[in-house]
Amino acid sequence: MNKIDTRAKMPSFEEMNLIKKFLDDTTLFLGPDPEIMQNHDLMPRTAQEDEAITRVSDSHIVAKIRDRIQAGCDEGYEMVEQMGAAPGAKWGDVITGVYSASGDLAIASAGGVLIFSALVHHPIKFIIKNWMNDPTVGVKEGDGFIHNDSRYGNVHNTDQSMILPIFHKGKLVCWVASTVHEGENGAIEPGGMPSMAESPSDEGLKMSPFKVVENYQIKRDILTFLQNSVREPKLQYEDMKVKLFACLRIKQRIEETLNSDGPEALVSTLRLTMENVRAEVKRRVSEWPDMTVKTYIIQDSTLRENCVVKINCKLTKTGDRLIFDFRGSSPEFTNRATNTIVAGLKGMLAQVFLCYVWPDLPRGQAAFAPIEVITDPHSIVNCSYDAPNSQSLMSIFTGFTAGQHAVAKFLYSCPEKFTKVHAPTFNMINTFIWGGVSQHGETLGNLCADLNGMGAGARVDRDGEHALAPIFATMADIGEQELNEEEVPFLQLVSKKMTRDAIAPGKYRGGQGYTMMVATKDSEQWGFMTTAQGAKIPPIQGLFGGYACGCYPLSKVQGVDVYDILLNQPEKFRHSIEEIMNEQPFEGARYTTHHMGMGFEISKRGELFMISQGAGAGYGDVLERDPVGVVRDIEEGLMSPEVAARLYKVVFDPVTLAIDFDATEKARADERKARIARSVPYSEFVKGWNKPKPPTHLQYFGCWGDDVDTLYMGSPDRTRRGDEPRPNYMTHPKDVRIAELEQRLMALGAMGGEKQ
Amino acid sequence: MKIPMTEYLRIDLDKEKWECRVCDHEIAPAEGNYKEGLLVHNRDPREIHPPILDPERYRFTFSPDPEWVRILEFCCPNCGTQVETEYAIPGHPPLQDMQVDVPALKAQWARRGPDMLPDAGPAVVPGRGHGH
Repeated sequence: MNKIDTRAKMPSFEEMNLIKKFLDDTTLFLGPDPEIMQNHDLMPRTAQEDEAITRVSDSHIVAKIRDRIQAGCDEGYEMVEQMGAAPGAKWGDVITGVYSASGDLAIASAGGVLIFSALVHHPIKFIIKNWMNDPTVGVKEGDGFIHNDSRYGNVHNTDQSMILPIFHKGKLVCWVASTVHEGENGAIEPGGMPSMAESPSDEGLKMSPFKVVENYQIKRDILTFLQNSVREPKLQYEDMKVKLFACLRIKQRIEETLNSDGPEALVSTLRLTMENVRAEVKRRVSEWPDMTVKTYIIQDSTLRENCVVKINCKLTKTGDRLIFDFRGSSPEFTNRATNTIVAGLKGMLAQVFLCYVWPDLPRGQAAFAPIEVITDPHSIVNCSYDAPNSQSLMSIFTGFTAGQHAVAKFLYSCPEKFTKVHAPTFNMINTFIWGGVSQHGETLGNLCADLNGMGAGARVDRDGEHALAPIFATMADIGEQELNEEEVPFLQLVSKKMTRDAIAPGKYRGGQGYTMMVATKDSEQWGFMTTAQGAKIPPIQGLFGGYACGCYPLSKVQGVDVYDILLNQPEKFRHSIEEIMNEQPFEGARYTTHHMGMGFEISKRGELFMISQGAGAGYGDVLERDPVGVVRDIEEGLMSPEVAARLYKVVFDPVTLAIDFDATEKARADERKARIARSVPYSEFVKGWNKPKPPTHLQYFGCWGDDVDTLYMGSPDRTRRGDEPRPNYMTHPKDVRIAELEQRLMALGAMGGEKQ
Repeated sequence: MKIPMTEYLRIDLDKEKWECRVCDHEIAPAEGNYKEGLLVHNRDPREIHPPILDPERYRFTFSPDPEWVRILEFCCPNCGTQVETEYAIPGHPPLQDMQVDVPALKAQWARRGPDMLPDAGPAVVPGRGHGH
């Protein structure tokens, strides 16, 4: 019997070209490009760069030009920080940078939010790939592009970038860009980071990269459309102008270099800076011990409901390769906003190195370029196009902490260190996002810069610093509250006062956070939201026997006007959450506590919303803490005497706080014996402790133990394979509550015969 | 040569063992999980992170929820030094947090020599606070 050839005929070369042309001509939608979005390494060296390096490679010339470009970036950064209207601009949630002609970030400003530096290359590469040769768009001198959709790059769509190509004698030599956390973006909740978003369509303005500037002028028709798309139209215009002019100032500095040293010197400097940093990173990694370190960080909510969401991290170093393996982390949530695109995770991991491990390296994309990252598809750290990601901070920050915790265990034995080994920094944005109509009749939506007051982790030889800096910008500020209060209709009645006993103990303790109490004053149309995890499970881990921080809830006092109290009965006011909630000094008021995922809520005049910043993690055994340091913490109001005595086993006079060193030594020796007595050998312990599946009383998401192939999806019986995506829907918390209440009514026979 | 790997642990390259840096106790084989040679205590997190708000009245108190997370405290069976902590979901197997490639570590330190040993770490006298 003759065989019938059922194989399709392979198209010829000409036919393939025809098919490609047909597809190119009839592309219906240019979505995010995986080829761009999954790659964080440097682009290959171009012929133009090769030639430039052949002509100019003297390290002194390169260093001189790099410093000039760096100074130009810093100048642009200062302009945005001084002139920007967004609160984010004022506290330094900004970055400026110079990118190679291929789109890689070569040099970034010294201050600001470095994460953008790892992420704005994506939209530039999208422009290069899709708009450069498109006759309807094109890239010309005088053009400027805007972008904020994180699916095309960057963290979340509050961050807007202005991107300018720089030409020399008609030839593209590089790009400059400026990025600001603008806040408002027209999302379902004000302020730009909606935790209520259940799909990308709830997240407001999502700008893929497009041209908004021609001949160095902002196009008014597009600007008007953008202004109509957000709650702060004037801010939108002002900050687009500010970013444009910052880019133009950097352009001016680049042109001075082009005129003095020529284009080859510039191109060579940008390329060699990146290549040298990349090579140096590989050298530094090779000095680490070959090892695998495992850790995990738990998110205790989706910001809508409490549940257990695992961020799983295995960090392996072999030779000069370093691989972050996040497989086993939670599946993506189909209708919750805490997912991140994988580029966001990588950008935040880059901060571990550029801010905390190798801050001496030139700031740019190259420092993370050779480091590898593995994730499951459609997971919370590598979400799909259709998943909301406006609260990606939750996953990139906990991913950061997993990285920071793991890296410390590699660094300890290295002879060559560039910073001190330290415990994880606090990682949540415990602040108030606000919005509504101000006392001046302006519609506003933004947040308090206090999110930058994250407590620092303890170091190998000293305590962590209090309320130091956010993990994404170690040189950012918390801003001036008094200036802020001129523009918004609320006061921070208590601010910058450390929250007593909210501690991370250790031989060296973590830096603590402060209390914030806010109350609306001069508007009937004003509200707050909070977007943080960690009210039930700490979002960090301790290091080398030290403890993590505790938990941080939201407290509310409603049914009271504290401004009336302050006016008429000021003696009733208290200045700590502890006193107000436990003493309940305002009669008739309602006192409640909540997790830190409060959706936007309109507040009445004088009602109190109270939160605390968090502490960085502790380092080392508490019994090794210098007793003098313990008593100093009591004196400074960081810790109550009872807690200090119980945890640190320091014996002191309760009135004078004079330390009895001999008694302390004995108490600590006794505690060491007590530890041994109450603990059990590991092999015995795991027999009773280890369970084959997650507990039934928790909604658990992610792998269990070392089996990273199976991801649990909310119950021990519902799973997916790591590499096989499945939808993962959560029920609306109000529906959950209604169902609970209806069940109770039904049990009582009180449903009144309601038809079903 | 003995390589300090953490604040309280080192690896003796000759014996290929994890050791306690405080009391020199031999803990476990270097290629294995050092936790297997330690003692463990399942700590109620409220004992370390005390409730700031009255737990009788409030659902959230600043303390971790003991039904959601526990603190596994690992200590040296000889001197009682707390070597590591792990904030764990109830029933989640403890992590082997450091799995060392011992031959590679030996080769790395054979190249470096003992003069390069890091100076960070404890000079601990059990029972006393100390500084470096």
